[in-house]
Amino acid sequence: MEQLSSILTGDFILLTLRLAIPIILAAIGETFCERSGVMNLGIEGMMLIGALSGVLGSFFSGEPWVGVVFAIIVGAGIGFIYALLCVRYKADQVVCGIGLNMLSLGFTTAMVHAVWNRDGMSGTVAQVENVSIPILKNIPLLGRLFEKQSPFLYLTLIIVAASWYFMYKTKIGLRLRAIGDHPQAAESVGINVTRYRYASVILCGILASIAGAYLSIVQNNLFVQNMVAGRGFMAIAANIFGGWNPVGSFLASLVFAFAQALRLNLADLNIPDQFIQMLPYGLTLIVLVGVAKKAKGPEALGKI
Amino acid sequence: MNVYHVELKEITKRFSGFIANDHINLSVKRGEIHSLLGENGAGKTTLMKILLGLYSADEGSLWIDGKEVHITNPRIAFQLGIGMVHQHFMLVNNLSVLENIILGQEPGNVSLDMKKSYKIVQELSTKYNFALDLNAKVEDLSVGMKQRVEILKILYRGADIIILDEPTAVLTPQEADKLMKILHDMKQQGKTIIFITHKLNETMEVADRITVLRNGKNVITVNKEDTTPEELAKFMVGRDICFTIEKSKKKRGKPILSIENVKLLPQASDTVSLSVHEGEIVGIAGVEGNGQRELEEIILGLRKYKNGTISLLGVNINSMTTKVRKDLGIGYIPSDRHKRAMLSNFTIADNYLLGYHFRAPFSSKGILKKREVEKHSKDMIECFQIKVSGLHQSIGSLSGGNQQKVIVSREVSQNPHLIIAAQPTRGLDIGAIEYIHNQLLRLRDEGKAILLISAELTEILKLSDRIGVLYKGELMELKETDEYAEGEIGLLMAGRKAGIGTNG
Amino acid sequence: MGKWNVKFKMKDNVPNNQHSDFILSMIAMVCSFLVAGIFILLVGQSPVAAYIALFQGAFGSVSSIANTLCKSVPLMFTGIAVAFAMKGGLLNVGAEGQLYIGALASVVLALKLPNLPGFILLPVSILFGCLGGMVWGGIAGFLKAKRGVNEVIVTLMMNYIAILFTSYLVNGPFKAEGMVPQTEVVPTGAAFPKLIPRTQLTVTLFLAILVVILVYLFLQKTSWGYEIRAVGENSSAAEAGGIHITKTTILTMAISGGIAALAGISESLGTYGRFIDNFSPSFGFTGIAIAVLGKGNPFGTIITAILFGAMDAGSMRMNRVAGISASMVNVIQGLVILFIAAPQIYRILLAGRRKS
Repeated sequence: MEQLSSILTGDFILLTLRLAIPIILAAIGETFCERSGVMNLGIEGMMLIGALSGVLGSFFSGEPWVGVVFAIIVGAGIGFIYALLCVRYKADQVVCGIGLNMLSLGFTTAMVHAVWNRDGMSGTVAQVENVSIPILKNIPLLGRLFEKQSPFLYLTLIIVAASWYFMYKTKIGLRLRAIGDHPQAAESVGINVTRYRYASVILCGILASIAGAYLSIVQNNLFVQNMVAGRGFMAIAANIFGGWNPVGSFLASLVFAFAQALRLNLADLNIPDQFIQMLPYGLTLIVLVGVAKKAKGPEALGKI
Repeated sequence: MNVYHVELKEITKRFSGFIANDHINLSVKRGEIHSLLGENGAGKTTLMKILLGLYSADEGSLWIDGKEVHITNPRIAFQLGIGMVHQHFMLVNNLSVLENIILGQEPGNVSLDMKKSYKIVQELSTKYNFALDLNAKVEDLSVGMKQRVEILKILYRGADIIILDEPTAVLTPQEADKLMKILHDMKQQGKTIIFITHKLNETMEVADRITVLRNGKNVITVNKEDTTPEELAKFMVGRDICFTIEKSKKKRGKPILSIENVKLLPQASDTVSLSVHEGEIVGIAGVEGNGQRELEEIILGLRKYKNGTISLLGVNINSMTTKVRKDLGIGYIPSDRHKRAMLSNFTIADNYLLGYHFRAPFSSKGILKKREVEKHSKDMIECFQIKVSGLHQSIGSLSGGNQQKVIVSREVSQNPHLIIAAQPTRGLDIGAIEYIHNQLLRLRDEGKAILLISAELTEILKLSDRIGVLYKGELMELKETDEYAEGEIGLLMAGRKAGIGTNG
Repeated sequence: MGKWNVKFKMKDNVPNNQHSDFILSMIAMVCSFLVAGIFILLVGQSPVAAYIALFQGAFGSVSSIANTLCKSVPLMFTGIAVAFAMKGGLLNVGAEGQLYIGALASVVLALKLPNLPGFILLPVSILFGCLGGMVWGGIAGFLKAKRGVNEVIVTLMMNYIAILFTSYLVNGPFKAEGMVPQTEVVPTGAAFPKLIPRTQLTVTLFLAILVVILVYLFLQKTSWGYEIRAVGENSSAAEAGGIHITKTTILTMAISGGIAALAGISESLGTYGRFIDNFSPSFGFTGIAIAVLGKGNPFGTIITAILFGAMDAGSMRMNRVAGISASMVNVIQGLVILFIAAPQIYRILLAGRRKS
């Protein structure tokens, strides 16, 4: 009971939100990508490269926001390359994603070695500061949400809302949903399917890269080898768990982050740590198995 | 006025090896329903794909309203007001009817204006009596409804030349009737309709004028009032259709396959019972989608059935797997050859193995005998005159006729008692059709029991000793071929029993 | 829009294809080394020196060759395991999880039955480990066959569950004395004998080569193998040919999982003699690369596995001599996968050249 009450504190909720940010961003990226028919198992690698880009940008400029911008640019570039391989050259998406992960892990480690001449960890760099929003922070209860929080928290919430609106309330969103299910049908009414796919994969690259930069220069102030540590795969799981819907991805990410927060807060809990870590994957499996008929992704996913 | 709405002049299209369209002329008046009639492979679809900009013609010219046009891609055809309903629907299952219709040309700037869209589309739908629920998900619709969505999609895009490619092939008779009404309504509203078909009765029912194609050439263009179905049939086939063929007097033996009280379709009100005997061909006629696919798959054990019994050689095979059924002596020529019969990337030899890969002499204790397989394949290729460049060629690289010959030879080679031949000549050229027909007759004379399921009535009439007609999953009739009165089968296919009146 | 491939599959049984497949794999290799060379140049080092060091580290002495072979053994297993499933039309991304389960199962059995004589204990441990992998892979096959759940996602999720589950066991119930999360050393009877003294290379090398060849023969020369290939090519046609799809799918994934388990077993009963937490540097994922590169051909699989093993083995020397992070070999390996996953790159590039 005592433990239960410690979960429901504002601190805990904020911790959950903070832990969820990278998963949410990547999961929404994956949602866009898969809605266009491209499965991106390389999102883990994209996040890793984003994390390094953020640190590099911050390191060379001394300004963390330059790091963020640099991560966005690099993320778009990686997304473009991935789209080139999967859309233009019709590469097998699963194999390609795994290749990208391997490449990214090696590349980021080698870059850290080259720049800082150290193994496993970069030097420290300037970090994105937290902000407080005047007036709003004085609201009772909710005020905590606006006091000394990362600007990325607000950015993420805006992205969630915007993505939902984009996907379900705009022309482009409708076309994107059509492409994932039946690209020939979309093509037959004059929609340039290839262009939509490129745009979606690049958007995914950008979001994944921001997610990675969040880990390296918002939550931390340095790059650590393999610091994404499976969050990319967690994002893929969240996207499935959330039913290929931006809001669903957001909620699923919160559930997964809640499990992570539990680990951090309840070290003396009787459940072994590993079982809590399994939660995202186990839940996703259950969703896939339990409602396989309903939990179907875009019908033409992975077929280019 | 002598200006035609659509004119195709001297269109010629060659594919490697053959001429699909040979100097074809087609003139369609504004506001008429023009039927483009011809057998499979006559060049109808090719001609329309040229009009739609999907193919480019090697020779000839296209004219719309008396002006020559150059249609190099579908978008140009679109702008000229030409739209086509393909045989395979281009609809997104997970979207609503409304979303499917507006897709690509949504009202509004950036955001979707669903209210406005609904108003526009609902008006169109009412105008032509489509009776569609715009908010329904497409995946929940019947085939006929989906087709209406396709037509509405084209109308929404402002087409006034509407091409329909074999639109009734996938429809039940009721849905086909409804479609005919819609076509009439569209004509009343001034739309020009080109209707591709090979069915005479539909043509006579709906068309104003008819152009008949045969072997890539035009034969004639006539007004409906000036012709008869018999005459059209003659134009289509090129000779008087001979409903009888020189067949040896049959020696009907003991029953091989008996089906008792099996329900083919969930909505069918009655079950099906029939038997096929040694040395006879039982033909099952009917419009596609009336339970034919279910019938073949149920006999093979590829589809579950709850009621009734199926026996082979007097043995109840209800609980047997496909493998055991085949081993008992069923040869199976499936209606969907690409999906059900071929391993496209495998070699011809490996395709001969399929279904017999555990049988001697091809396999012994689970070890494959490649040499035996190859020897057998060679024999078959020689015996059935299959054109191949070698045994290690992939079957996917053969022509359709040769692929079907491989399948037929495979399925009859292991001395089955029963052969299920479903749509055995679909999409084949005349030569291959003749060959397959002769093989089926030879097998019948050898004493095999053959169940022939075909949508081609001429094929059924030519080969069958007894004929049954499937309609809405029910067997309307089953009797000797010569006991049928003229036109009776056609009526049965439309669900009408002679003397009883409408059954539906 | 080109061809809409429904399933991932290797072009199988297509005549005259093996030759060009081999050339494609070689081109992919060369391209990867070239691109990685540019990276090395960018970080201010000499690619030539790096590659020479890499080569020497991998093949420069008996012990480095032994090290190369030792590192290639698990890759042969995972490579052929993934290739096997691919022939059946299934993409087994779960070799990583299957090898963890297999490794732990074999070690646990060996530890529980220390009194059995070696010639029984080792085979029994191996079999028990394989069984573990078969169950783990079979679950994904079952879900695919019965519920139609995408095997890629299931195996991916099950990887994490397997790694975390074994980690729990080796941090808890089966933890040996000391700080390191690992089991006790297995009885000598249950360990694979060393092939070359004072190296980590064990007789698992021969086992791996044998398994690769057997898998090939099984697929190509037996009726059961034919069934698996037929289902992989066109499951509807296979079904009409009397092949039981559900059974075949489950079996394919189970066998693939069992083979993948051998990678973990060879590491734990061979290289280390115990189960160590998180011991696999993505053998399972690298196996996908090996399968795609080796095209399921036994010779190709073995060669590719040795090449990848050589890169891992030589990376330390490259680091020491040329001052380049050992991780650069991961870059090369990743590039190889990307280049081989998109064979159309070469076709389009070549076609472009021919045009101009």
